[in-house]
Amino acid sequence: MAFYLRRTAFYAVTVWAAVSLNFLLPRLLPGDPAAIMIGKLRRASGGRPLSPEVIASINAVLGPPKGTSLWEQYLIYWGRLLHGDLGISSTRYPARVVDLIAAALPWTVVLVGTATVLSFVLGIVAGAWVGWRRGTWLDHLVPVTTVLQSIPYFWLALVLVAVLAVQLGMFPIVGGYDVFDFPAGPEASWAFLVSAFTHAILPAVTIVISSVGGWLLGMRNMMVATMSEDYVVTAQAKGLRPSRVRSRYAARNAAIPSLAGFGIALGFVVAGSIVTEQVFSYPGVGRLMIQAVSGLDYSLMQGVFLVITLTVLAANFVMDLLYGLIDPRVRTHA
Amino acid sequence: MIVERAAEPDLTVQPVLTVEDVSIRYEVDPPVDAVRGVSFTLHRGEILGLAGESGCGKTTLAYGITRLLKPPAVMTGGRVVLHGRAGRDAGGDQDDDEATTDVVALTGEELRRFRWDRVSIVFQGSMNSLNPVMTVRDQLHDVFTTHRPGMRRRVREQRCRELLELVGVDPARLASFPHQLSGGMRQRVMIAMALALDPQVMVMDEPTTALDVVVQRSIIREIMVLRERLGFAVIFITHDLPLLIEISDRIAVMRDGEVVELGTAEQIYRAPQADYTKQLLASFPSLSGTRGGFVRGREEVLGA
Repeated sequence: MAFYLRRTAFYAVTVWAAVSLNFLLPRLLPGDPAAIMIGKLRRASGGRPLSPEVIASINAVLGPPKGTSLWEQYLIYWGRLLHGDLGISSTRYPARVVDLIAAALPWTVVLVGTATVLSFVLGIVAGAWVGWRRGTWLDHLVPVTTVLQSIPYFWLALVLVAVLAVQLGMFPIVGGYDVFDFPAGPEASWAFLVSAFTHAILPAVTIVISSVGGWLLGMRNMMVATMSEDYVVTAQAKGLRPSRVRSRYAARNAAIPSLAGFGIALGFVVAGSIVTEQVFSYPGVGRLMIQAVSGLDYSLMQGVFLVITLTVLAANFVMDLLYGLIDPRVRTHA
Repeated sequence: MIVERAAEPDLTVQPVLTVEDVSIRYEVDPPVDAVRGVSFTLHRGEILGLAGESGCGKTTLAYGITRLLKPPAVMTGGRVVLHGRAGRDAGGDQDDDEATTDVVALTGEELRRFRWDRVSIVFQGSMNSLNPVMTVRDQLHDVFTTHRPGMRRRVREQRCRELLELVGVDPARLASFPHQLSGGMRQRVMIAMALALDPQVMVMDEPTTALDVVVQRSIIREIMVLRERLGFAVIFITHDLPLLIEISDRIAVMRDGEVVELGTAEQIYRAPQADYTKQLLASFPSLSGTRGGFVRGREEVLGA
């Protein structure tokens, strides 16, 4: 119990530090991001004066004009944040940053999350199998998947789009769903889910192809190392069935380091898909981030960065708690 | 040194394991003949000591007898026969015990069923012989779930508790993970596990080398008591010749893959025949503090 309390406290402090950094960064930028943002918003609104509410929001997020102390700004910033106010986007005026992120997040989480889990499961299962049967033809799987991983991702994605989507017409070319069938945007219908699913296949496949090799190689090597451990020899000497030795003694122990890596990979699900989403014009967080950076949309950038930081921390927190279940040695020593 | 040896072995008793002309080679370049034409007979309930310096082939021989050799090690010749336990009631799934088995010929499923059920082994690196992420309970239970599938859970649990009590470990330790046990306790758990299926032969490969002398002594004393009670035969491998003289019925001294001398512990102690045995004995200090020369390498013996 004390272990979980300590971990929770540790992550609470980390979240506080991350949010505070997020508050500090635009204030440390040269120039005046808040003034630039207000100018951009005024242009975006067609020259009409902005409402005091919008100006207050921008000042809270990016920094007030003059006079207010940093401490007061900090308190105002937290107050806004807790009310879900991350400012107004200039590139998508007058949309609120929170709404933009909320609309983009599910796409990224479902697509990249599913692809990451698939890739991990495939890599671990195949890696355990290849390691168990080392010295057979299965060993050739390792260099093949490593080559696939070393191909630049955007190139692989473009080739797949060119061949499978454009030439053969097997998959849609761009987007997260068919914008012509559903002009009003996402809706809760079976037809929409089917459309979203067919649009997700190709991006997901490219992510899996380009990342499965790492899991496979790591798991295969751990498997080979674990198989020479004394306890695996003991398990064999005990006359256990090969399937049991493989799953309970060799693969279970060999997967432990990969699981730690998986926790980190899950944390980067939200951030790590910029290229995928750009190539496939997928309506996710990665594309939102590119828009924000290229349009110098400070509020949106800050909001996206905050969400990415928080998801990385949340994934690590969950993995930290689960790791004790997977490896009992961590539980007692921590 | 206190000699608390069992009564003089009766060599007319039945053999339980016959090893005939076993040779094992490591197929590396150049090939290494680790075991060369070793023969001996192990009798029922006997403790046979296998002594020799590091690298003389003791452990390789033990792996050969238990069929645990992995490439590049290959058994190039010889026979290992486990004799049936005659005069014992055949009962249920234990009827395997009646058969005389050509160990070298076993393959696949037959070999798997033979392992641990008839010959169990306690390894050299017993500190790492337990899976660090499984509880002692799971690791003891899976011996029974595999070899005695008909056994009910409650009976299994009862048996596991008995086994731990037998080796002097608190049955509450069943719920522990290996890292929560001391080295001596882990070794005792391994011995309990080796006893689980009431095997005819237990191979102990330097079972106490990693432990201090006090724990070592108490574990060896327990092995002796258990052997008296349960009647299994032991092949006890160690480089500690004085220890073997104390506990064994007979001792085989190995050097460079060959048995250079095989005799009762008394014979080895009082009247060693081979030069190497003499040197090995002389290399241990006596109580008076005088000590013989240190033995290393084959040439010294050849030149002697």
